[in-house]
Amino acid sequence: MEKLYYNQIDETIYNKTLPNGLRVFLLPKKEMAKTYAIFTTNYGSIDQSFVPLNEEKLITVPDGIAHFLEHKLFEKEDRDVFHDFSKLGASANAFTSFTKTAYLFSATSKIMENLKVLIDFVQMPYFSEQSVEKEKGIIAQEIKMYDDQADWRAFFGTIKSMYKSHPVQIDIAGTVDSINKITKDDLYTCYNTFYHPSNMVLFVAGNIDVDETIKLIETNQLAKEFAPPEPITRKFPVEQAEVAEKELEITMPVNVPKALVGVKEVDIPTDPKAFMKKEYLMDIAMDAIFSRSGYAYEQLYEEGLIDQSFGCETHLEKEFGFSIIGGNSKKPVELANAIKHILLSVNKASLDEETFDRIKRKKLGHLIRSLNSLEFIANQYSHYQLIGIDLFESIEWFEQLTYQEMQEFLSNWINEKQLSVCYVNNK
Amino acid sequence: MEKIMNKDGYDLHLLQTKKFKTIHLSLKFTTELCREVVTNRALLPYLLQQATATYPTATKLRQKLDELYGAILHIDSSKKGENSILTFRLEIINDQFLQDKSSLIEEALQLLKDVIYNPKLENNGFDNKILEREKQTLKNKMESLNEDKMSLANTRMIEEMCADEPYHLRVHGYEEDLDTITSESLYNYYEELLTSDRLDVYVVGDIENTPIEKLIDETINRKKQASIATKKSNSHHSVDKVLVEHDQIQQAKLHFGFRTNITFNDQDYAALHVFNGLFGGFPSSKLFMNVREKHSLAYYAASRIESHKGLLFVFSGIAPNQYEKAKEIILEQMEQMRSGQFTEEQVEETKEMTINQLKETLDNPQGMIELHYQSVLANSDKFPEDLIADVKRVTKQDVLDVSKKIVLNMTYLLTSEEG
Repeated sequence: MEKLYYNQIDETIYNKTLPNGLRVFLLPKKEMAKTYAIFTTNYGSIDQSFVPLNEEKLITVPDGIAHFLEHKLFEKEDRDVFHDFSKLGASANAFTSFTKTAYLFSATSKIMENLKVLIDFVQMPYFSEQSVEKEKGIIAQEIKMYDDQADWRAFFGTIKSMYKSHPVQIDIAGTVDSINKITKDDLYTCYNTFYHPSNMVLFVAGNIDVDETIKLIETNQLAKEFAPPEPITRKFPVEQAEVAEKELEITMPVNVPKALVGVKEVDIPTDPKAFMKKEYLMDIAMDAIFSRSGYAYEQLYEEGLIDQSFGCETHLEKEFGFSIIGGNSKKPVELANAIKHILLSVNKASLDEETFDRIKRKKLGHLIRSLNSLEFIANQYSHYQLIGIDLFESIEWFEQLTYQEMQEFLSNWINEKQLSVCYVNNK
Repeated sequence: MEKIMNKDGYDLHLLQTKKFKTIHLSLKFTTELCREVVTNRALLPYLLQQATATYPTATKLRQKLDELYGAILHIDSSKKGENSILTFRLEIINDQFLQDKSSLIEEALQLLKDVIYNPKLENNGFDNKILEREKQTLKNKMESLNEDKMSLANTRMIEEMCADEPYHLRVHGYEEDLDTITSESLYNYYEELLTSDRLDVYVVGDIENTPIEKLIDETINRKKQASIATKKSNSHHSVDKVLVEHDQIQQAKLHFGFRTNITFNDQDYAALHVFNGLFGGFPSSKLFMNVREKHSLAYYAASRIESHKGLLFVFSGIAPNQYEKAKEIILEQMEQMRSGQFTEEQVEETKEMTINQLKETLDNPQGMIELHYQSVLANSDKFPEDLIADVKRVTKQDVLDVSKKIVLNMTYLLTSEEG
């Protein structure tokens, strides 16, 4: 077992890759009452076209299937797995993102029993025609709930305006029509392909004994049989550099209209360090411009174009990347134009060195602060691990970022073709 | 363990722990909830975060926070039971984790002092331009409730259910009251709040080697401490009111309001926690298993207790045409609780989950403060550890006894225009 100590943040991570390919990470933190474990597969809503395990032909599965599968893994022939966790005093959950599906629990007692339940339920699927049909009603309700949420609609609308062919533009839960096409066999095909241990990461953080924990995981995995690890062939459509639509409008009941501007990223680095640096630089730039201390915020606020809902977020993955800026506005067109103007005026002189240092300090503080949370550590560490990056090591990369790198990034960042707008207006 | 000290004009609560990489400060100003103060108290957080005399614009104030390694300043108003609480929160990195070992805490407290005691003023009140701007911000906040249908339904239900009690008041205040507020009236109210509210100061973190008591003393300027008013509402609410409202939504919200007649200080408060866990507090609960899993009626169906007012709420999201059926099944679950249709084993599991939840809350700095503060609001000397011990002792009979005290008071449906 490999042990890594990170001096500045005073954390230790133990890791081991098991013979079946499963990567295991343990972070003991004895002061905490709680233990949090998350079992993540490198499989999300965008993985729709792939070659199934032991087959040769590429197939495409219905929208929303990764999320559907996530729901169905909790149901077994004779019981609901939530109940198993409940019996052991734990709370369990799961989520599906564009690129990951993750299963998790937290508990303050019976950790080893709970951990075994987590690993076993994810590794022992049971799908039946009948239970697949029943689930369709529940997920249809979930989709309808999201349909009523203006912020969620706006977020997805912006992604749709940016992406023409890439499946990131498809709703994670799919549509009522698409989920109705899902069959039991589809679920097994996806499961067998993407839930192989070599495509997964298990992270346990909190009040654990390292030796006992790794022993349980190893014994559990040795007792199960898996096909030999094989690389998975996934296919993504070629996505154009420019946005799909310059403007997209959604009409639904809202009190205040919304305007969101999307920035579609191009040239995403494949080298892990370069990738991470790009993500950090995007983050610093967005913060320096649009956060509450940012140089554009005050102007937008004083002009009455934004309110408290205004914000920006960045997402970078190997296959796609974007930033979304905006919020509620009584003058949505003026807001969108102002944001676009600010973005298109960005050049290497937009940030002075003092600002760069200030934002770096703030971001470093926020990063250290987020390590208070076992959930943050385990989720983010797993996320970056699946991209080939050590999150804790990257803190050092962050600190090493120079003003010159910032300037270079800013001078090649944004051109007009990468920008789109999504409006949500009242019906 | 919490160390409580009665200082001049405030209580200082120190929570030493090595769990976190940060130090958290929380100043809680509390008074009785009433219509006269609620809009003032909703507006103050927005205003105070905009500027101080030293940092006269929001940008300058935020930049100062950035320099303090992204210190987090947050001010908000909330209600718990029939108390109105104005909280100033400040979080900083513990400088053990910084290369440059500066005196971050001293600088941060200086800033906090500035925010509280040295706001940007003109003439005899707050800066008028900022005031007008922030009134608009608060107005937007009030309006945005219409976009969060779950909160909207809960707010509307409480307004009707508790119509003749202060608890019905909206924490974001009222637009018509906002129009009467001037920069002078608000500043006068703020000065009164600073001197006559009750004040509790919490510090959480690895503070063993920090002269924290002295630093806080230098920050706070007060003479007199106030006590919490505790009044128990004994009114009988056996009427089951029904209200149906319509909105442009696809998914209807079916909510219920019950009177538990049990609050934080009561002997059976721990049993109420366990009751809620069995009924609708966890994914293994009756509501989740029956409304969602067995009948596929809803994406969510859950219950929650209000600890200081003695209420229990049920929330569910359903298809508009399923109202009657969902209502029947939800109320049937309550009947099952009352007739003891749950096992000893389920009680034990739920106790364990409840304890788990309480312990997990104590693994979060904010949660630690809020859980400890519940005792202050109830005028109680019960620590979270005592509550955990109480939960351990709960029996099936205790839960059954609790279930008989719970009375349905309100059924509320927010449904589609057609529904």
